[in-house]
Formats: sequence, structure tokens, C-alpha cells
Amino acid sequence: MTAVEPADPAQWRGLAADPHADRSLAEDTEPEAVARLRVRSRALLADVLRPHRARLGAAVALLLTQNAAAMSGPYLVMLGIDRAIEPLRAGDPGPLAAVAVAFAAAAGVEYGARRGFLTLSARIGQAVLLDLRQRVYAHFLRLPVAFHERYTSGRMISRLTSDIDSIAELVDGGVESLVMAALTIVSVAGILLWLDLPLAAVTLLAFPLLFWLSRWFARASAAAYRRTREAMALVIVHFVESMRGIRAVQAYRREARNQDIFASVNDEYRRSSRHAFRLIATYSPGIKLIGNVTVAVVLCYGGARVLGGDTGVGVLAAFLLYLRRFFEPMQELSQFYNSLQSATAALEKLAGVLDERPQVADAARPVPLPRGPAHGAVTFRAVSFGYRPDAPILTGLDLTIEAGQTVALIGPTGAGKSTLAKLLARFHDPVTGTVSLDGVDLRQVADAELRRTVVLVTQETHLFGGTVAENIRFGRPDADDGAVEAAARAIGAHDFIAALPDGYATEVHRRGGRLSAGQRQLVAFARAFLADPAVLILDEATSSLDIPTERLVQHALGTILRDRTAVVIAHRLSTVEIADRVLVLDDGRIVEDGPPAELIADGGRYAALHHQWRDSLL
Amino acid sequence: MAAGSDGGPADRGEARRHPLNNLWRLRRYLRPHAVEFSVLLLAGLAATGAGIAVPLVAQRVVDGPVADRDLPGLFQLAGLALALGLVEALLIFIRRWVQSSSSVAMEAAIRDDIYAHLQRLPASFHDRWPSGQLLSRITSDLSVLRRFLSFGLFFLILNLTTYLVVVVLLVRLHPALGLLVAASAVPLFLITRRFGRHYHTASRRMQDQQGDVATLVEETAQGLRTMKAYGRGPQLAARFVAGTRTLHDTGVGKGRLLARTAALLDLVPNLTLGVVLVAGAAAVANGRLTIGQLVAFASLQLMLIWPVQSLGWIIANGQEAATAADRILEVLDTPPAIVDAPGAIALTRAAVRGRLRFEAVGFRYPGATTPVLRGIDLAVEPGETLAVVGATGSGKSTLLSLVPRLHEVETGRITLDGHDLRDLRLTSLRRLVAVAFEEPTLFSMSVWENLTLGRPDAGEDEVRAALALARAEFAYDLPWGLRTRLGEQGLSLSGGQRQRLALARAVLVRPAVLVLDDPLSALDVHTEALVESALKRVLRDMTALLVVHRPSTIALADRVALLEHGRITAVGPHAELLANVPAYRALLSAEPAVAPPPRSPAGPAPGSSPLVLS
Repeated sequence: MTAVEPADPAQWRGLAADPHADRSLAEDTEPEAVARLRVRSRALLADVLRPHRARLGAAVALLLTQNAAAMSGPYLVMLGIDRAIEPLRAGDPGPLAAVAVAFAAAAGVEYGARRGFLTLSARIGQAVLLDLRQRVYAHFLRLPVAFHERYTSGRMISRLTSDIDSIAELVDGGVESLVMAALTIVSVAGILLWLDLPLAAVTLLAFPLLFWLSRWFARASAAAYRRTREAMALVIVHFVESMRGIRAVQAYRREARNQDIFASVNDEYRRSSRHAFRLIATYSPGIKLIGNVTVAVVLCYGGARVLGGDTGVGVLAAFLLYLRRFFEPMQELSQFYNSLQSATAALEKLAGVLDERPQVADAARPVPLPRGPAHGAVTFRAVSFGYRPDAPILTGLDLTIEAGQTVALIGPTGAGKSTLAKLLARFHDPVTGTVSLDGVDLRQVADAELRRTVVLVTQETHLFGGTVAENIRFGRPDADDGAVEAAARAIGAHDFIAALPDGYATEVHRRGGRLSAGQRQLVAFARAFLADPAVLILDEATSSLDIPTERLVQHALGTILRDRTAVVIAHRLSTVEIADRVLVLDDGRIVEDGPPAELIADGGRYAALHHQWRDSLL
Repeated sequence: MAAGSDGGPADRGEARRHPLNNLWRLRRYLRPHAVEFSVLLLAGLAATGAGIAVPLVAQRVVDGPVADRDLPGLFQLAGLALALGLVEALLIFIRRWVQSSSSVAMEAAIRDDIYAHLQRLPASFHDRWPSGQLLSRITSDLSVLRRFLSFGLFFLILNLTTYLVVVVLLVRLHPALGLLVAASAVPLFLITRRFGRHYHTASRRMQDQQGDVATLVEETAQGLRTMKAYGRGPQLAARFVAGTRTLHDTGVGKGRLLARTAALLDLVPNLTLGVVLVAGAAAVANGRLTIGQLVAFASLQLMLIWPVQSLGWIIANGQEAATAADRILEVLDTPPAIVDAPGAIALTRAAVRGRLRFEAVGFRYPGATTPVLRGIDLAVEPGETLAVVGATGSGKSTLLSLVPRLHEVETGRITLDGHDLRDLRLTSLRRLVAVAFEEPTLFSMSVWENLTLGRPDAGEDEVRAALALARAEFAYDLPWGLRTRLGEQGLSLSGGQRQRLALARAVLVRPAVLVLDDPLSALDVHTEALVESALKRVLRDMTALLVVHRPSTIALADRVALLEHGRITAVGPHAELLANVPAYRALLSAEPAVAPPPRSPAGPAPGSSPLVLS
């Protein structure tokens, strides 16, 4: 974030509650946090690789086989020239045939081993990616709403798409080059030492240089790739947000300004990745340079040694040949190291997400809710809550709702109505005090049971990709088609659904693009109805309905809410009229509480609102 | 729920032109970097030459000075080797350095262009395309393309050059054997062609599935609260598992394809070497070839292994890049359906009186069989406020979206002061028309930026007045006042607060035509009354089209149009319609007794508790 803001003169982004509000652990740049994430990301890597130990072993074995077969090629050529030509001249094709068969066999083995290795490594790589995707996704689902409000959807998308992509890049070709290069370097180093110790010692002098250069690259590129990951996340955030709000963008001719903003975040990404590529552009030739200088030095020193009679010409020749094979894989290794750094930066981000502990954690030892007729009694005891510590929304709220009671919450914007609803649905946990259901603290109820028992319907209705029926069935996945239709009928959604091109099987398309806001609310209602919870919370759930439809919904609610606890938040007092009890909330406090008729008679705030509302009707 | 299969990228698997056609079309992004690309190609070739020269020099050291016990000669040649080594490293540095800026610059340029194009494409396009599919094009596909432009293409040229040079050398060394080696290009060609074809299909499938997974993720992010509210994590997770497993399987299949080809590309030069060895040995035995020639031939031939081996990866990379180019151009090739007509004119605000007329307007969503709107005739006089009333799903919001041309009329026309909207410049039209949507969209930007979306030049007083009108003064009390960041990444506001900001935003534009879609639905009765009276004053100076559900809001309107199943069935003052049109009365009356819900075969269960109406 901070990377962009100073560069932008217009400060379009504005100020957030805390400059790091939209960061999580995963976006942390504090040195100790970075160090911790490194450790966590390595642990994560080890963890995802662990189930594939056997396969990895097999892959390495195949690679060694392939390498041995490949190495035998030149040897067989030599054998053919040295041993087969003379017999052939003498009229004996046997040795040549033997060499040819051996050669064909080696080529066959190499083919099989290489094919096997590549197939196996693709399997391992894909399995690791699958595992990572699923782990991170599942963890995102577990994290509470409060986390997502902070983390934002764009960043979540970025983690699961572009970060995984950069790990995939490593997986695609990394393992082979790593193993082969390491193998070659170690074996060649052994041969060099065996050939000529002093000459080898001179060669090995290059190692501290290589080490120093690599350490510089490791540090610099880790920081650089971390920056590219963050820059990419910003690009994605801005992209997703403007595509989602495209109607507003076009209606207000926002395109040019948006383009400027996008260009600036895109340019930040361009600069950060250019920086990262320039590091490898320095590192890789640096390695080459060290290798070439070493060759020249060996040439001088080795030549002098030959002249001095300390070693043979053949040894020098072999040494020089092997030296080449020694530094060549270093190039590949540096390339691999580069992909590794990029993937590590991504892996750190994922590890940061996985490290995030749900503040609204599932109970370790859940207490089952008591079964019985009095199912759905809600108690708020001394509940205080605020999204930020300096701005409390509820302070010391006490409230008891009897099982089966329908309670309407009334009050001005910002009074805390929605917050109360969210606490009851356990989107958040209270800062102090408890919210309990049938005497059990919500924190001790297993999430699955809580969700079965308490359902919150808000005015923002989300439809998932798929059919209308699937969206209604979201409320109860095991419901059959009959139950889905019955739910739709009960709240008056059946007619419009039946009129859709494919009826219940109509795809709702992207974010319900073709259903009107009111129709979406009806689908959401049917979903809640089908879920059949003991406690139903409706937060402005009928705001987009026309009056007859709303009336129909209310009529249905009369049935639906009769045997369950309900909390209804509505500006339209018509919805409130079905309530047994009205609570007027102001500034986080309950200022009026009683049956609607009583409150009207008392002439308080509800009475005034009610009066005004009656006047607004026909 | 098969994400992505819902009509978005519809032309998947369509018979297309040459697979590389689209990649070739992207060359325009290479053009500004032509000089850089030639520099890096030259540097790359020179570096390869220097790299080959170093061992040759080393060889000469062994054969020359060392054998001749010539110390100065030794140092001379070693110095040459050092110089060559330095040059090689420097050339590699130059190549990579140049590459690092040009490849990311190309990537950024394409991304900017895609974004710009997507902003021009109409709402109907965005309705059809899952945004995950769009996102994967500006992320995954672009990085594939970048990798090809910075590595694949370069090595393709370099390795082909190496291959040709070596084959020519081989033919010169020994024509018969050389031609034998050259003939091995035939199976290589067949293998790579077959591979290219299969791999193209596989990588297309893979990249599409990546887009599907991105769509699933995007949708989960969107529907997170709903998921939480119903505790449906496991269900979504199962869907995601299915999506990623498909992706995994495609990835494994692709890996298997590559493994087979890469291994074959290894086998062919090996077998050629074997044949050369046998034939060569026979030739040596017959005295037609010296041993030295055979050794030279074999070692030269070994140099072919790497270029051939790498062919598999390069082709894979190239195919992926071709697929990426296809996917990117699918978006860039979609013509923006709603654009300025040739000779479109711009109207100034001052010159517009604001007479809005719908003439026989019909509209259907792309791919839908039944029209949403049919034969709409409607006139709104300058300064008049017309309310559109209709049942849920009757087409009210669609009607409104035609005015700023977010969607285009299918039949008939809409005119503003007699000008067909299609004859006006889009920017001009959208400056004259301001819209507040049913679902207020706030961006992750400051309050100020969000408010001045349509009027970046608005002054402080105007903003203050607009906020006052929409009863949105709460904005000043936010932690940083109007500089507070809103939206997903900032402070979250209640539905009512957002709606009031959206209203202030629309009013701030001081449009000729104000279009409000159920603008007060989330406000409480008290605030609604206050906003209404303020709005009433403003609406006197502009033409307004409102969608409303509540009788209270209808008080704002001079006339009301009743929309039923996509047709206007009645127009007139509220009182008149109320008295004469039963359907209208049914729609607005709070008394269920007046008219029972018109379309409700499934009423509540008999004996259910009646509505409590005081």
C-alpha cells in the first residue's frame, strides 16, 4: 500500500482506519515477521511434500538412471571406435553389433527413465499445487467475517490465483534442474579433486565468491519478489473492484480516471518485477563470470604445473573439460534459484494466511444445544462490542429473547441494529459479555450446529453461480426438488421462477445478473425458509420488494416465524407489525421495549415513527 | 455448478485459424521494443559464440604452448580465454538486462490495453463473463506470454540457429553421414507437430480451467457472508475441490504429454548418433573415413542434443503463449457494442432542456428469448419527475439502464430533446444523465473521490450541499472526514449510509436528467421524509426518472407510469391512477383487502396467522 500512496498526488485512496488495516500477517514487512514467515513457509513446503516422499525418491532414482544412461552414450561411442573397428576390418561385426545393441539399450533406458521421471514429477507438482490450493481455500472459509473485511476479496483472489501460479512455475521445471545440477556439481567436484588436488583447490577458491554472490541475490531477490507479490495483489484488487462496479464506472464516465489509477498500480508492478529481473540479470552472468575467470586461472596455473612437470597434459585437458561441465549447471541452478525465490515469496503469503488464527474460533469442545420445546432462547449478557476499540457500538447490552418470540429492532442508522444481528449470527464475538443460545455461550456451540440453528438474511443477497434451484437448496443441501419448490411457493417466488426460461433450472449467471434485486431477495428468502432454522434474523431483507410481494412475504412470515425465534430489522414498519415485541435501539442502547400496541399507546419514539409511517401509506 | 460454462467465453473450442495467428497479431506490442529485441538477440548469439570459443582456446592451450613448453604463449592464450570469458559474461548481462525491462514493459502495455478495453465493453458483456475469467487473462495468461517473449522466443531462434549451423558443419564434414543426421529432422518435425497440436488443446483447457477456478474463488469472496450465515463452507469447499481436481487432472495429462514428447526428443538424436556410429565404424573399416573424422563428427553431433532436447519445452511454452494470446484477443476482439456513432454530437448542459422520450422501445437481454421491455412509449417533459412503478421483476431497472446507454435499446429509440441517444457522444450523454443505482456501488477510495465520481471538478460548497440534500452529513464525522477511505478496503457503511452517499453523488453532477433506482429504500421513515423534501426542491430544475416502491416516495413524482410485464399500461398523476387503475392500487396499497396479491397461486397455508395490521 505504502508503496503507491506517496507517488499519487491526488490521494484518491483516502485514509483507512489504520494504514495497515488492509494488511494481515501475510502483508507484514517487519523483519521479525518476515523471518517468521520464512520459517513457516519452509515448514509448509515440507508439509505438502511429505506425503510424496516415496514418489520423490522414485523420481530421483529415475533421474539418476536417466543420467547414467545418458552418460554411457559418449563412453559407448569411444568403445565402438576403440574396440569395434579393428574386428570389423578383420571381418567380425560382433563387437560393433554388441556396441550398437548396448547403445540402443541405453537410449531405450534413457527414454523410459526420462519419460517416467517427467510424468512422475508432473504428478507430484500438480498434487502439491492441488494440496496448497485446497488448504488455503479451506482456511479462507474458516476465517471469520472480520478477517475478510480486513483482508478484502481482491487479496484473497490474488493469493489463490497469481501466487499459486508463481509456485506452479517452479513446479513446472524446477525439480529437474535442481537435482541434475546438484548431481553434476557434486560428481564433477569429486572427479576434479581426484584428478589433481592443487588444481582442484584453486578451482574451489571460486566457492566463497559463489556463496557471497548467492547470498546477496537471496536477500535482494526475496525482498524484490515480496514486493512484486504485493504489487500484483494491488493490481488484482483494483481490477476486480472496477469490473464489479462497471455500471457505476460507465454511468459516471469514470473510465479515464480509473485507467490512470490502474496504470499506476500496473506500473508499480512493472517496476517491481523489472527490479526482480534485473537482480537475476546481474546474478546469472555474475556466476558465469566467476566460472570463466576460474577457467582462465586454471589454464594459467595448470599450464604452469604441466610445464613444471607436476602434472600431465592429459590431466589438464580432462580438467578443463570437466570444469566446463562444472559451471554449466550453475547457470541452471541460478535460474532455479530465481524461480525458487519467486515461489517462496508467494509461499510466504500463503503461509501467512494459514498462520492466521480465526478470532471467532470453532469451539474446541463444543457443547451441544439442549433439545426440547423451548428451542431458540437468546440471551445477551453485558455485551460490549466495537469494530475499533475507540468506537464502541454496543456497551453493556442486556437482552433476553424467549424462544419463539418475534422481535423487531428499530432505530436510526448507526444505532447498532445490524451489529446486534451479526453478533447473534456469530459473525463476530463480543469484546466483553456473552451471547448465548438456549443457555449455551455461542462460543461453545459447534459451528455446524450454530449455522443449522441460526440463519441471518441481509439485504445484500448473494446468488452463487448455478441454477435457481441450487441457490435455494443452499439453505438445506439435502432438500429434494419438491421441498425447494414448496419453499419458493411459500414465500411467493414460485411464479417468477416458473416464468424463467428454464424454470428452476435457470442459471442465475454471474452474481444473479439477470434477476432483479427484488427477485434475488425472494430467492434468498426461499433459501432461508428451506433452511428452517430455530432462530431467523432478517436484516432489511425485504427492502427491494414491491408492496404486494412484500405483503406476501409477510404473510408467509406469519407462518414461518410462528414457531421460531426471530429478530427482524426493518425500516418499513409493515414488517415490524408481525412482531410480538419491539425494541427501539439508539446509540447501542435499548431505549424502548414492549409489544407494538403498548409502545404505540405509550406515545414514545416508536409511536412517533409509527405515526409517520401510517401517514406515508395510502 | 460448472463455473465458467455459463455462456461467457462462448467460443471455446471453436474452429480457429492457424494456432499461431493470434500470437503473431500481438507483435504490435513487440514493435516498440524492436531495437531492444535485436540487441538482445545479437548479444545472445555473440555470447553463445564466445561461450563456444572459450573451450576452443583452452584446447589450443593444451595443444600449443603446453606441448611446446612456451610460457609467454601460455599466458597470452590464457589472457585471451579470460577476455572471451569477460565478454561472454558481459554479453549475457546485456541480454538479460535489456530483456528485463522490455518484457515487463510489454506485459504492462498489454494489461493496460485489456483493462481499457474492458472498461469500454458494455454491461451486457460483463453480465456474461465471469470476472474470474477476465482476471486470469490479465494475470496467468499475461505471465505465460511474458515468459515466451523473454525466453521461449529467444531460445527458439537461438537453438534453431545452432541446429542449422551444426547440421551444415556435419554435412561439410561428411556429406553422407551429415545428410543422415539432417534426415533425423523429419521424425523430429513430425513429433513436434503432433505434440504442438495436442498440447494446444491441453493448454487451452488448462488455462480455461484456471479461469474457472479463479471464478470460483472470486465468487466465494463475494458470497462469503452468505456462506457463513448458512455454514455452507463444506459445500463450497466440495465445489472448489472438484474444480481444482479437474485442473489437477488436466495438469497431469499435460505433464504426461510433455513427458512423452520430451523423452522422444531425447531418443531421436541418440538413435541418430547410434546409426552414425555403426555406419561410421563401417566406413572407417572400409577405409572411407578416418577415425579422427569420426570422432570429430560424433563430438560435433553431441552439440545437437541440447537444442533438440529443449525443443519440447520451447514448443510447450510457445503453445501456452499462443493459447494465452487467443484468450487475450478474445477479449480485445470483442467490439464494444455501445460506442459513439460516426458524427455523434456533444450537447452542453446549458443547451439541454431535458425532454426525454421513449418511442416504441423494446429490449431483451442477449441470449434471452423473451423481451424484458416491449413497445415502451413514454415522454418526460423538462423539469418533470416521472415515477416508474411495477411489480418485482417487471423491468423497471432495465428501463432505467437504457437512459445512460448502459444497455442499448433493441427496437425503437430514446430521444433527449429530440436527439436519438445514439447520436450523442457517450461522454456527453453520461454527463447529462446521472444515475443512482439500487445497489449503491462505493469504491475503495476516499469519500471525496466516491462523491465526485461524475464531477471531479466539484467544489467544496457543492459537495457540502449535495451531502446536506442526501442527509449524508455523517460523512464529515467519519474518522478522517471526507478523506476517509470507503468500500471494501476501507470503512464499511450501513446500507442506508451508502444509499445516501450514492444519492449525493448523483445530485452533485447537476444532470439534465436524473435517474434514481429505488433511491430511498434503505432509509428509515424519518430520514426518508427529510431527504424527500430536499430532493423535491432539486428535482424542479431537472428531468427525473425514478423507480419507486413506496407510496411515500411517489409524492416526489408529477406523474407515474405503471410497468407491467415489460409494458407501460397506465400513465398519469398518482391520485388519478389510484382511483382508476386497480392494478396500480393493488401495487401500492397497504391494505391486502383492496386487492389480493395478483399472482399468488400458492398463498399461505390455511389457518396461518393473519397479518397484524393495526
